[in-house]
Amino acid sequence: MAETAYWEAIRRAHDEELANDPMVIAMGEDIGLAGGTYKATSGLYDKYGEKRIIDTPISENSFTGIGIGASMVGVRPIIEIMSINFALLALDTLINAAAKIRYMSGGRVTCPIVMRTPGGTAHQLAAQHSARLARMFMSTSGLRVVTPRGPLDACGMLKSAVRCNDPVIVIEHEQMYTLKENIPDEEYFRPLEGAEVVREGSDITLIGYNYSVHLCLNAAKRLEKDGISAEVLDLRALKPLDRESIRRSVEKTHRFLVAEEDEASVGVGAEIMAVVTEDCFYALDAQPVRIHAADVPVPFNRNLEKAAIPDVEDVYQGALKVMGKL
Amino acid sequence: MNPSDQKRLFRELIFYRRFEDRTYEAYMERKVGGFLHLYSGQEAVATGVLEKARCGHDYVITGYRDHVHAMKAGASPKEVMAELYGKETGSSKGRGGSMHIFDPTVNFMGGYALVGQPFPLAAGLAMGAKMKGTDQIAICFLGDGANNQGTFHETLNMASLWNLPVLFVCENNLYAIGTVIHRSTVVQDQYKRVSGYGIESSQHDGQDIDVVMEAAEKAIDHVRSGKGPYFIEFMTYRYRGHSMSDSKSYRSKEEEAEWINRDPILIYGNRLKEAGILSEKEIKKMETAIDEEIENEIIKFAEESPEPKVEDLSKYVLDDNPDPRWIGPLQS
Repeated sequence: MAETAYWEAIRRAHDEELANDPMVIAMGEDIGLAGGTYKATSGLYDKYGEKRIIDTPISENSFTGIGIGASMVGVRPIIEIMSINFALLALDTLINAAAKIRYMSGGRVTCPIVMRTPGGTAHQLAAQHSARLARMFMSTSGLRVVTPRGPLDACGMLKSAVRCNDPVIVIEHEQMYTLKENIPDEEYFRPLEGAEVVREGSDITLIGYNYSVHLCLNAAKRLEKDGISAEVLDLRALKPLDRESIRRSVEKTHRFLVAEEDEASVGVGAEIMAVVTEDCFYALDAQPVRIHAADVPVPFNRNLEKAAIPDVEDVYQGALKVMGKL
Repeated sequence: MNPSDQKRLFRELIFYRRFEDRTYEAYMERKVGGFLHLYSGQEAVATGVLEKARCGHDYVITGYRDHVHAMKAGASPKEVMAELYGKETGSSKGRGGSMHIFDPTVNFMGGYALVGQPFPLAAGLAMGAKMKGTDQIAICFLGDGANNQGTFHETLNMASLWNLPVLFVCENNLYAIGTVIHRSTVVQDQYKRVSGYGIESSQHDGQDIDVVMEAAEKAIDHVRSGKGPYFIEFMTYRYRGHSMSDSKSYRSKEEEAEWINRDPILIYGNRLKEAGILSEKEIKKMETAIDEEIENEIIKFAEESPEPKVEDLSKYVLDDNPDPRWIGPLQS
């Protein structure tokens, strides 16, 4: 086991998969010679060359489309979109093509691409660099969407995503690239499906994904001091969603809260609310709560930004509300 | 080209025209649903270009007006017709329809309904060929209307930058859906628009299949020899509306009549008759045989084929037999 940063875990996954299969390539803006905005591909250009570590022009829709076309004939591209905001430019090739080609060809043509992209707010990046958008990909048939919460999943899920035969969106987070965790020295894979209980508890389930798992874990520690035992469930994959693990945890604790960094409407939290209502409504002992961003474009000003985006305090207060302690 | 190949090629042109005409009838009988975009009038372009390609080896991709491209690339006409009927035996198992014919067994990589989307996909196919070290090329057929999408410019830049073996075939039929080219586009000669990307290009008559083949052969040689992408423009005309819901109110009867005088079947047929290769009688016989083949084999196959099963609705969304090592379940 070695302590590894999130960005190093991503780089390791690239390195291992590039070494394993000559048809694996990486492509994106500044990923080669410059090493990647978050260093996630640093050193790979020197090791694998410009034919496999491809610096692209700033043409998100078409370089994604080129990756998709190549994937249809045996290439395994790992496409980096520098910020999830820019993924909006690639939605035509991603959603109209990659997500639908397997289906509309009757399963005869497949698009095994991986698109990696950081989604989420960092510090004062303002409205056009702070999108989250997980909910949009989550609502698209034909995609897999995963949200590694730390280095263990960042490496293991990216490796699985490269091997998997479906288009996979890996949503990272700008604030998590320096997050550290011990990960195995030997090669390992982490599956692309399945939620995970990352903290056992009995009074309430705090459901998160990506960065919000950490908000939930920190809130759980505070709740413990109040004598409340909180379970934390990391969704890990937004599509397909692991409804069974959600049901199991809610049936155990009878209370839940779902925390997302995005706005609420038609969002991940809304979906989890619907799933619980459909699957285990009568297990609930209290009205659940969604923790989410304010319904505004993310502001630049530090105080406004803080007010717009949920934090540990919001999750903690939300949990107290579910517990009837407010 | 020897006379027997010329006869075969002429037969193909008639076959494609009759296939589309019969599809029109099936649509009017409501046996074919959805949107239907017919290729009548433009046959010499796909037929001539792909005659010079290595079909089954080279990758071919196009937009939604795709029946003829798929068949000339090697897809079975029976399976294409069955797809139009939405049947399980169709080339996309009834999940795609007219606009989404696929046949990867002959490297026909699909018809796509988002205008301009095949540009980057084609460059990706070419990148795949290059990575595999084969001498395959990718051939992308699109209309003039597609050249006003961002993908045109983005892809031409990257295809040229990375020296990808891709041939872009522009079928300039003068209309972007129902808008005539001079009302949508400043530079109407499409081949001139690519010079800013360092790509060689040329413009030719798309109604004379001999002209198409001669130009296509040179362009394909250019791409296959590693000199990078090539952009070839053919001037052509579609006889029917953009799709079946189009009344063609945006163009004149005189213009249509002018183009019908330059019909690709008429031009090639007259040439073969003048050269003594085909007689009028042989042409009539050919037409009868084609009609019988379409009716007795192709339409019959489509009509008699089974529908997809409703219980298979969710097949093909994701890999139906995924490897649990990558997918899960998660072992805790």
